[in-house]
Amino acid sequence: METPAGTMTETAAGTLSRTAPATTAETAEDGLARAFDAAVAADERIEPRDWMPEAYRATLVRQMAQHAHSEIIGMQPEANWITRAPSLRRKAILIAKVQDEAGHGLYLYSAAETLGTGRDELLDKLHTGRQKYSSIFNYPTLTWADVGAIGWLVDGAAITNQVPLCRCSYGPYARAMVRICKEESFHQRQGYELLLALSGGTPAQHAMAQDAVDRWWWPSLMMFGPPDDASAHSAQSMAWKIKRHSNDELRQRFVDICVPQAEALGLTLPDPDLRWNEERGRHDFGAIDWTEFQQVLKGNGPCNEQRITQRRRAHEEGAWVREAAAAYAAKREEVTAS
Amino acid sequence: MTDVRTTAAALALGDDALVLSHRLGEWAGHAPALEEEVALANIALDLLGQARILLSLVGDEDELAYLRDERSFRNLQLVEQPNGDFARTIARQLYFSTYQLALYRELASGQSEFTGLAAKAVKEVAYHQDHAEHWTLRLGDGTAESHRRMAAACGGLWRFTGEMFQPVEGLDIDWPALEAGWLASVTDVLDRATLGVPDGPRTGAWTAGAGRQGLHTEPFGPMIAEMQHLHRSHPGASW
Repeated sequence: METPAGTMTETAAGTLSRTAPATTAETAEDGLARAFDAAVAADERIEPRDWMPEAYRATLVRQMAQHAHSEIIGMQPEANWITRAPSLRRKAILIAKVQDEAGHGLYLYSAAETLGTGRDELLDKLHTGRQKYSSIFNYPTLTWADVGAIGWLVDGAAITNQVPLCRCSYGPYARAMVRICKEESFHQRQGYELLLALSGGTPAQHAMAQDAVDRWWWPSLMMFGPPDDASAHSAQSMAWKIKRHSNDELRQRFVDICVPQAEALGLTLPDPDLRWNEERGRHDFGAIDWTEFQQVLKGNGPCNEQRITQRRRAHEEGAWVREAAAAYAAKREEVTAS
Repeated sequence: MTDVRTTAAALALGDDALVLSHRLGEWAGHAPALEEEVALANIALDLLGQARILLSLVGDEDELAYLRDERSFRNLQLVEQPNGDFARTIARQLYFSTYQLALYRELASGQSEFTGLAAKAVKEVAYHQDHAEHWTLRLGDGTAESHRRMAAACGGLWRFTGEMFQPVEGLDIDWPALEAGWLASVTDVLDRATLGVPDGPRTGAWTAGAGRQGLHTEPFGPMIAEMQHLHRSHPGASW
């Protein structure tokens, strides 16, 4: 990752170089667009100083901000169990995981800042509902087993989505994803191991694990987004090589990965239509409830209001702390300058 | 197996770390900035690591954490105090990390069951103290509002600082010297933060050493009820 200071310089320089040739704007811009298309076609990385179409920039800001917001809101359902974790080992693992998520949020905001936006601006958009976060975090964690189901299924789905992003055309995003995916894989294995312990534990623990998988399975499949024929941004994102695979393709991959893992866990997946299709060499699975998905996206999921209220409250209640830090820094600068 | 004196000392130090770690864990998702989410979780994790080593010197870490009642915990009353606002949390961190740093430095330089642990932990604790010191300066010498809150926090927790220097059985420490060093260090930070040392006694009527004897404040019971409920709901289960 670049340092925040380096990021700011690069953004400033990039803006200058893009606006400099004002007199021959038309022809210069055409040439830049051709160079951009050629770079994307050759699988080269686009870097912050490079010219890029405004729509490419806007799409990336939207996607990276939403990704960062998801890390931050995603801390809540798991933090809900930190104070109740049933062993000190599990508690340590969970604190480390939530800490990693805050770190992932920081990487992603930094990466988004290379596109000329600021973290404060992005957070403001989150707090006012103008930017979204992943719909999955609007579901509640009702038992300890939910912590395992989130690790196995939610992090598993996130990894399936994110590994191709390590080859995304925008360099800072791709590099952030390399780091994030390493840590996410670790979390996913820990979640799986948590469920394995429950599944092989007492009957009450086994039932707790099954109940959690029953509740998290379908919301996890929704994490891949709407079906291909209803996905607004897909075609353009694939042309720009921000996205590498379609929603439905990634969802299918995830199902194929999860089925044998569920068997190894001794747990069932809550889909009567789930079966191996010999001809396709893949699993067929039942229909997703897209009405529920749309409702959650619109803010009517079980926890939408709670999640955003807690986030806003943390931000508002922390305002005096951030103001104090800024005032103190300004005083120190004065002392150093005089 | 460990002797009675080592057990008493390991429980006192282990419970301090366990309980403060739990309190810091309550901040997850509520911190004033993302950097503080990372920092507070990091400190909670360091303390939990220390607690696990110390409690394991005494017996099974989970049995000790989850199956003892309030009257059997040996932590300082200071560390069980509710988080309050960020200033209250920082004041608690300043008082405790300054104590823990001095104590672990002394243990690390001696020869006891705690030498190894202290030598490792002292690096973590130095970071905790640095974090608390810098935030004390920022809040004390920041805005009028932050100054007011930090002064109230330091004053409110002052009466819990005396118990840190009640001798702990099994720790061969020059307690009056430890206390003098702590007071000098905290006074220096509070002065630089434009706060000054709070007025009032450093111990209440029955505060001195009370936590070490299993006499706790009211917020502690609900805290361990939350901490222990799941573990206690499934007797004998492994996790």
